[in-house]
Amino acid sequence: MKDEITIKGLAHMDTAHDSAIKHVTGRAEYTDDLSEPFGLIHAYLGLSKCAHGRIVAMDLDAVRAAPGVIDVLTAADLPGVNDVSPAGHHDDPILADAEVKFWGQPIFAVVAETRDQARRAAALAKITYDALPHALDPMAAKLADMGYVTDPLTLRRGDADRGMANAPHRIKGRMGIGGQDHFYLEGQIAMAVPGEDEDVIINVSTQHPSEVQHMVAHVLGVPSHSVVVNVRRMGGGFGGKETQMNLFACIAAVAAKKWHRAVKIRPDRDDDMSATGKRHDFVVDYEVGFDDEGRILAVQGDWYARCGFSADLSGPVTDRALFHADNAYYYPDVRVSSHPMRTNTVSNTAFRGFGGPQGVIVAERIIEEIAYALGRDPLEIRQLNLYQNGQLTPYHQEVTDQILPRIFEDLTASSDYAARRQAVLDWNAKGGTIRKGIALTPVKFGISFTATWYNQAGALIHIYSDGSIALNHGGTEMGQGLNTKVAQVVAEAFQCDLSRIKITKTTTEKVPNTSATAASSGTDLNGMAALNAADQIKDRLIDFVAERWQAPRDRVRFVPGHIMAGDTAIPFDEVIKAAYMARIHLSAAGFYKTPEIHWDRATGRGRPFYYFAYGAAVAEVSVDTLTGEYVIDRADVLHDVGRSLNPIIDKGQVEGAFVQGTGWLTCEELWWNEKGELKTHAPSTYKIPLASDRPRIFNVNLADWSENAERSIKRSKAVGEPPFMLGICVFEAINMAVASMNDYREPARLDAPATPERVLMAVERLRG
Amino acid sequence: MTGELRFLLNDREITLTEAGGSDTLLDFLRIDRRMTGTKEGCAEGDCGACTVLAGRLTPSGLVYEPVNACIRFLASCHGCHIVTVEHLRGPDGGLHPVQQAMVEHHGSQCGFCTPGFVMALYGLWMSNPQADAMAIEVALQGNLCRCTGYAPIIKAALAAQAAGGQAMDALAVEREGVMAKLRAIPAGRVEVARGANRAIIPADTDDLAALLLEHEKPTLVAGATDVGLWVTKFLRNISPTIFIGHLMKGVEVFDTELKIGAGVTYSEAEPLIAQHLAEALDYWQRIAGWQVRNMGTVGGNIANGSPIGDTPPLLIALGGRIVLRRGDVRREVALQDYFIDYGKQDRAPGEFVESVIIPLNRGAKIAGYKISKRRDSDISSVAVGICVTVDGGRIANARIAFGGMAGTPKRAAGAEAALIGQPWGQAAFDAAARAVRADFTPLTDMRASADYRSTVAANLIRRFWLEQSELALPVRLNYAVGE
Repeated sequence: MKDEITIKGLAHMDTAHDSAIKHVTGRAEYTDDLSEPFGLIHAYLGLSKCAHGRIVAMDLDAVRAAPGVIDVLTAADLPGVNDVSPAGHHDDPILADAEVKFWGQPIFAVVAETRDQARRAAALAKITYDALPHALDPMAAKLADMGYVTDPLTLRRGDADRGMANAPHRIKGRMGIGGQDHFYLEGQIAMAVPGEDEDVIINVSTQHPSEVQHMVAHVLGVPSHSVVVNVRRMGGGFGGKETQMNLFACIAAVAAKKWHRAVKIRPDRDDDMSATGKRHDFVVDYEVGFDDEGRILAVQGDWYARCGFSADLSGPVTDRALFHADNAYYYPDVRVSSHPMRTNTVSNTAFRGFGGPQGVIVAERIIEEIAYALGRDPLEIRQLNLYQNGQLTPYHQEVTDQILPRIFEDLTASSDYAARRQAVLDWNAKGGTIRKGIALTPVKFGISFTATWYNQAGALIHIYSDGSIALNHGGTEMGQGLNTKVAQVVAEAFQCDLSRIKITKTTTEKVPNTSATAASSGTDLNGMAALNAADQIKDRLIDFVAERWQAPRDRVRFVPGHIMAGDTAIPFDEVIKAAYMARIHLSAAGFYKTPEIHWDRATGRGRPFYYFAYGAAVAEVSVDTLTGEYVIDRADVLHDVGRSLNPIIDKGQVEGAFVQGTGWLTCEELWWNEKGELKTHAPSTYKIPLASDRPRIFNVNLADWSENAERSIKRSKAVGEPPFMLGICVFEAINMAVASMNDYREPARLDAPATPERVLMAVERLRG
Repeated sequence: MTGELRFLLNDREITLTEAGGSDTLLDFLRIDRRMTGTKEGCAEGDCGACTVLAGRLTPSGLVYEPVNACIRFLASCHGCHIVTVEHLRGPDGGLHPVQQAMVEHHGSQCGFCTPGFVMALYGLWMSNPQADAMAIEVALQGNLCRCTGYAPIIKAALAAQAAGGQAMDALAVEREGVMAKLRAIPAGRVEVARGANRAIIPADTDDLAALLLEHEKPTLVAGATDVGLWVTKFLRNISPTIFIGHLMKGVEVFDTELKIGAGVTYSEAEPLIAQHLAEALDYWQRIAGWQVRNMGTVGGNIANGSPIGDTPPLLIALGGRIVLRRGDVRREVALQDYFIDYGKQDRAPGEFVESVIIPLNRGAKIAGYKISKRRDSDISSVAVGICVTVDGGRIANARIAFGGMAGTPKRAAGAEAALIGQPWGQAAFDAAARAVRADFTPLTDMRASADYRSTVAANLIRRFWLEQSELALPVRLNYAVGE
């Protein structure tokens, strides 16, 4: 019976994104597309034009007098606290008061009948600053003694000084690593709709509805129960909507409550990019000690981050840079330290990888240093230093699920690495204008929030008496297919077609106290919570079926479209109707918390990660040594997502992450002028990869033999962030092509991003 | 003269008696009509999320092209058929083949850029059923996706091309009716306004010439790919706005030169470039993205005087000239003399660029190079046009013009001098490469440092020689899509 029924959208099946048809028809609703309440008005921010200074005069008369203007809000007009610091540092004013600390900092908000009127009015402000000294980058900040925005961290294991002293070879270096703008296609936006009493509903593009709820409550000075936050979907997030939307939501909420009208706020792209945080830039000083074989003996390093004017998430971001300073390699004696530098720039924030990429890339630079010093293929040095199960990371977590040797083996074979490397060497030996490079780099990425309490999730499932299912959980959909994957888990649990399950917007009304959809954890946490809710209902249904249809409880099973009571198959709808009539509770709230993890930041020891996700990629590039331009000729990716819940969606994450990671390291450059104004604040000046920048040959595969060693949701692994770091192979390959100018006698030591300019300047230097 | 702005929007005929010169098509769609399928991603024509099709009558019939609704002014839609994603459907009323392919190949993740991609791919599917992966990439130079890494979108595009079905497409079926409706829109000048914000659409070029004598400081808008940003980014008042994108579309091919009307778009000029200046085709296809090439005009790129415009370095190297017209009086100016200083051009009040003359320099060695942080749809850090004539083994003439190296597009006098009269050989180009560093004192900005600009300028002169000397090893990167 059950074999005759095929149902769609179960766990592990290729299943299209639940909104795919709505995406292609333009009917998927983003926050700006929602039907607007009658009387909706608009807010717009006025931004500072000074990197650091005291506000000595603020003439807003022309702003107030402009057509359509209803109100101008300054710091003094905020009813509750003027702070949206997500880490409780109280250093993130919504509107600057008395002092501005970066160019682009919001100072006031105009409220007007139309967005155009509000925006034009905001441009009329006359603000006079008494300029103070500013420091823009981490080294300038160090020199100016700007201090830290949050506590630094040091991870140690063994004795790095002793290990270094005893090492036959030692190399020191410095690497500059650029930041990155998220460039979510849908910019920041919030729409607040006031209700009675202290109530307000916020529709906002956010990865963290609960935090919006809490921030709005603080800023309004009301309890959290008065604030409802909704998000159906985002047009991209990538970490840029983990905290950065708070400010916009709060302004909209304040204006909405003050005027009892719905208020929408949506900055222009240029203002969005000027006023919101990005991936942290770093300058890293590293030292490695190694033996004649290329085995790493000791590593020490200092990670100086451009955190911006406030802490935001810089603490956990710079921590995670250190958690991944080893990438996939065992460092016998190690000391790595973070320096979260305060700078007069926008406060940097979460971005896919959350500091991890800036750790990983330094590990790969260290490998490159060793390989060039010894005249070896960097891949050999990588293989030699890979973790073996049982070894400890710098934070004293034992590695127990290492699968990189097999990934290396599969990938070197499928990509024909050895022959192609030889061909690249032969090509470069001819000494032409176009040089080539090839590199294989791995990633080992720790999965879990390092703030242990965030590793919890809730879900809510209702089965209505007609058998249709409504699913809600605390995760947010930003394109990653989370809702689809969680629904597949529920479809699998009930053995029903995915179409039976209604995916609903994320709302703080249904699931409280949620964590950000971040740290790649969305499916791991919310999938488990949804499964827990489904299991609760299933449990009740099994009891009910066993009794009603007179079968032993252990012979009641869910099969496609039916529930088996012994040998009797009862259609799902029939069971549900009967269960309702029998007054069975058909709704459940599920909950999950990740087991076994713990982390003591004070001692730098623990098991912060439930498991590791692995992957590797090979890139081959060609570089034009006259201009510094390059093309990615080919990239081969083999990535581990455990037992995939949805291989086609996971593959999409891997491909997209690879290209985004490549963008970070190639064409995407943040550039500030001396005054501290970010000049790359729109797609005309800030260049993310286009279709023509993707590898000319691109082979992406999932390691379909992998299974999570831990009891994650259906033995799958998180996928959002880890493959981002695979783009590093492109950067390494460019370095190799450049190093060919000097016959590989030294590494090219490019700083990131490897813009054509950086590449050409390195070529010219090595050309001699 | 009428006071009615008229165009077709999907299956509706729109007549507006009130519209400002700076009103954008995107705001009209999203705010006035609440048609929210078309998205705003950047409001500067760089991301493509707002892509719609603009259909217009041309001598070869009704042509639909993808354009950026964010910087397309509403008044410039007069006489056009605007097609948005809401209109797209398959013959059975379900998904269109392009939409179907995007779903089947998982071409959307967050979905925000998707309607724009769908519309660009729809435009390609309609206009070039043979498009391969390379042609698809060229068509998507104006569309950004941050989620997918593009591979599934390219696959979808190829699948849609393979699916075919163009003859049954709604726009093909409705074609005659649409053309009749567009033809029914009366010719003649249109003037509309919203308050003091005025838009004027001249009846023809003579009408434009007359208008420019009447109005003191009008803003001329052809493709709006620059002026659009004056409004969306700088909130400038551009009233009265005179829309000229439909004018000066003529093209004449002579033995020794091309005469291109100032209103000819980059896309319209592309076949001419391919046929007569094949050496510059790659350069031409790197001007912005497809949507912008469908809007931006050859004359507009010159008239606005940008030091980083893409066409002037090439056209100056070729010895290009422009025809300026004031009333009925025309004069010809060498393009290199038109650019006087940063922000200052040789154009008198009331004067406008009517046509551009491009000498073909038959027999000369020609190249156009553009260097930018990202290969496609980026503003150049350095651009150069090179045109060298060799006679009897000696360099008889050399014209080298750079963009991005000074406040105007400018010839490299020292480099040219180092070449002229010298034997055709590496020594001359090495000397020119050394000399060009003294020709310019470039700036450092977000696109490139002064040092990089100078170095790459010299290297581009070396590249020219290497390319001409037909070495066994390649001199240029190969961007071909592999298997």
